[in-house]
Amino acid sequence: MRFLITATVTMLTIALATTAQAFCGFYVAKADTSLFNRASQVVLVRDDNRTVITMANDFQGDVKDFAVVVPVPTFIQREQINVADRALIEHLDAYTAPRLVEYHDPDPCIRYDMRMSKSMNDAARPSATQELDAAGRSTGVTIEASYTVGEYDILILSAEESSGLIRWLGENNYRIPEGADSVIASYLKQDMRFFVAKVNLSEQTKLGYSYLRPLQVAYESNRFMLPIRLGTLNAKDKQELYVYALTRTGRVETTNYRTVKLPSNNEVPEFVQAGFADFYRAMFEKQTIKENGRGVFLEYAWDMSWCDPCAADPLSADELRRLGVFWTNDPSQGRIAPGPAQNVFVTRLHLRYDRDHFPEDLMFQETGDRQNFQGRYVIRHPWTGATSCDTTQYRAAVRERQDREAQTLASLTGWSIEDIRQKIPYLDGTAPQAENDPWWKRLWR
Amino acid sequence: MRAFARYLTCLRDPRYYQIMVLSLLLGYGIVILDFGIRWQNAVAIFGTAQVVQLLAMRATGQRRFDPLSALITSISLTLLLRTDEISLAILAACIAIASKFLVRIRGKHVFNPANAALVFLLLISDSAWISSGQWGSAAIAAFALACLGFLVLTRAKRAETTIAFLLAYSLLLFGRAIWLGDPMSIPLHQMQNGALLLFAFFMISDPKTAPNTATARVAFGAFVASIAYVIQFVIYEPNGPILALIISAPLVPLIDAISRGRIYQWDHSAEDAARPIKGVY
Repeated sequence: MRFLITATVTMLTIALATTAQAFCGFYVAKADTSLFNRASQVVLVRDDNRTVITMANDFQGDVKDFAVVVPVPTFIQREQINVADRALIEHLDAYTAPRLVEYHDPDPCIRYDMRMSKSMNDAARPSATQELDAAGRSTGVTIEASYTVGEYDILILSAEESSGLIRWLGENNYRIPEGADSVIASYLKQDMRFFVAKVNLSEQTKLGYSYLRPLQVAYESNRFMLPIRLGTLNAKDKQELYVYALTRTGRVETTNYRTVKLPSNNEVPEFVQAGFADFYRAMFEKQTIKENGRGVFLEYAWDMSWCDPCAADPLSADELRRLGVFWTNDPSQGRIAPGPAQNVFVTRLHLRYDRDHFPEDLMFQETGDRQNFQGRYVIRHPWTGATSCDTTQYRAAVRERQDREAQTLASLTGWSIEDIRQKIPYLDGTAPQAENDPWWKRLWR
Repeated sequence: MRAFARYLTCLRDPRYYQIMVLSLLLGYGIVILDFGIRWQNAVAIFGTAQVVQLLAMRATGQRRFDPLSALITSISLTLLLRTDEISLAILAACIAIASKFLVRIRGKHVFNPANAALVFLLLISDSAWISSGQWGSAAIAAFALACLGFLVLTRAKRAETTIAFLLAYSLLLFGRAIWLGDPMSIPLHQMQNGALLLFAFFMISDPKTAPNTATARVAFGAFVASIAYVIQFVIYEPNGPILALIISAPLVPLIDAISRGRIYQWDHSAEDAARPIKGVY
C-alpha cells in the first residue's frame, strides 16, 4: 500500500520538479537566467493576530544567483525570521494528501464482512542540489538589519519608495520582473515591509545541507493574508499553491475567493490505483474549470490529533512547535508531551492561480467549523477466488458497480466513458447493459 | 374580483418580493453553490424567529400577527450565519427578533435584526462566522440581477441607502486602487462579492431602520460605506460592512431627530396609511 500515497506524492513531485518555487515573493535572478514560478507550499500558523509563516523552498537549477524578496504585512525585526526543517512540510503534506483507500469484496458465498485496508504513506521527495551566492553591497535603500540565519543571509529592508528597493536590487545586479515596481509601491503604501534572503555558500557548506531549507517569519498583524501578487509577476503559466493552515479554533477559508470542497468519497474503478496521480490531476483540472479558474479548493480539514485513514501519522507536538504552533506545549514550561498535539486544526487548501483569475492577494479567515473533511477516493476489488455457490447475482451486482464507477470517474475527470470502460476488467468480461442507453438501442437487438 | 383586488393590495407590500428574492438566493446557494447550510440550523432559526415574534407581539399587546418580517430576518440569518452549533442558531434568531422590540427609540427599532444578531454572535463566540467569499464570482451577475430586480419591483422605495452605500463604497475602493497604483481588476474583484451585495440590498436597505428623509438616507449610506472601508482596509478586520452598520445604526435616531420625515410602513393600503403606526413589524 505504500504505492498509493507515493503516487500522490509523485504527483506533487511532478508539479514541483521542473519548476522554481514561488514563495510569496518573487525571485530575482542575476543575468538573464530564464526562470518562472509554478508551485509553492506555505504553512500558515495563526491564532488571534499572531502569524507564523513557513515557506517551502524547492527550486531547482543553478540557484547561486538567486535571491528572494518576501513581503510581510508588518515591520519585522531580526529575531522574527527563522529557518525550518523541510521534513516538517513534507510530513504535513503527506498527512494531508488526498488518499485512495481500497476494499476487497469478501467471498460472496460467506457472510458479507467489509474490511478496509488503510493506505499508508511514505513521502519520497526529490532532493535538489542547490547553491546560492551572497550578493553585493547595499546602496540606495536602508538596510534595517543584515545577518545570517542558517544558510541564509537576510537583509531586512526599509524603503519608503518602491523605486528605492527596485534601484537597490538593480544596483546589486538582480533582474526584476516586469511590473514589480508598481506592486512593491502598492505594498509599501499598505505598510508592508520586505526582506531579501540569499544563500550564504560557506554557511551552507558548513551546515552540510544540499538543499535550501524553508524560511519562517513570525509576526503580529490583523491581516490574515498571503501576498501572491509578486509571485504572479514572473510566472509564465498558472501556478499551484498549497496552503496548510494550522489554527486553534477551526477550518480556514478565503474571504475574497470561493473556497470549495473537492469532490470526495467517490468510488472509482480499480485501475485508478495505478494512475492515482493522473486521476487526481484530471479531477483537479476539471474542478478548476468548473469554478471558472477562481476557486480555492479544500483538500483536507482535520483535528491534528488523529486521522482515518491515515496517509501519514499526525505531526507530533514538537514538529508543530517547530512549524510555529505557539499555543500548545510551551517549551519554556517543559511541557512537551509526546504523541499527537491537541488543539490544532489543520486545513489544506490548493489553488491554481494566475494574475487574471486571482488579481487580489489571498485573504483568509478562521471559522468555527471543526467538521472533518478529507479528499478520499475508494476502490473496491471484486472477489475473484473460488466460490462454492451460485454467484450470478453477486456478479451482476459487481458489473453494475463497475459501470457506476466508470461513470463516476468520467464525470469527475472528464475522461471519455468509452476509454474508461475499456480499461475496466468487468466480471465475466462484459459490461452491463447501460441503463441510460436510448430505448431504441435495445429494440431490434 | 374583490378577492383579487385584495390580493393585489397585499402584494404592494415589498416584503413579498424580498422574501421571494431571498428565497431564490438561498435555494441557489444550497443547490448550486453547496453552501453547506445545515438544515437543523435553518429549521431552528425559522422556528425560533416566529415564536419570539409571536410572544413579543403578545407581550406588547399587538393582536395582528405578522410573520413576514421575522421570515425575512430568518432567511437573511440562514444565508449569512455559519455555525456548527444549533444553540447559537437559536440564540441568533432570539437576539434578532428581541432586538426589534427591546432597542427602540421614537417608535423605531434601532438595529437591523439580522445585523444585530450576526455582530453579537461574532463577538461572543468563535463558533460563529460569516462566509463572505462563498458566493464566488460566477454567481455575481445573476445575483446582482436578482437584487436590481428587487429594487425595480419594489419601485425603488427608499432605495437611496443602498445606492448611496454602493456608490460610496465603490468610489472608495477604486480611489484606493488608483492611490496604490493597483490594476482596476482588484477593486472590481472586491465589488464582486455576494455578501456585499446581500448586505447592500437586503440589510442596509431595511426601511424600518434607515433614516426617515431621503437626504439623510443618502448621507447614512455613504457614512456606513466609509466606516466599512476603514474597518476592512485601514484596520484590516473582516466583515467591514456588517460591523459598520451596527456602529452607525445608533446615529439614525439622532438624524431623525434633526431631520423630519415619516416612519416607514410596510404596506401602503389606504386603510393602513390612515392609521397611526403602533405595531412592530
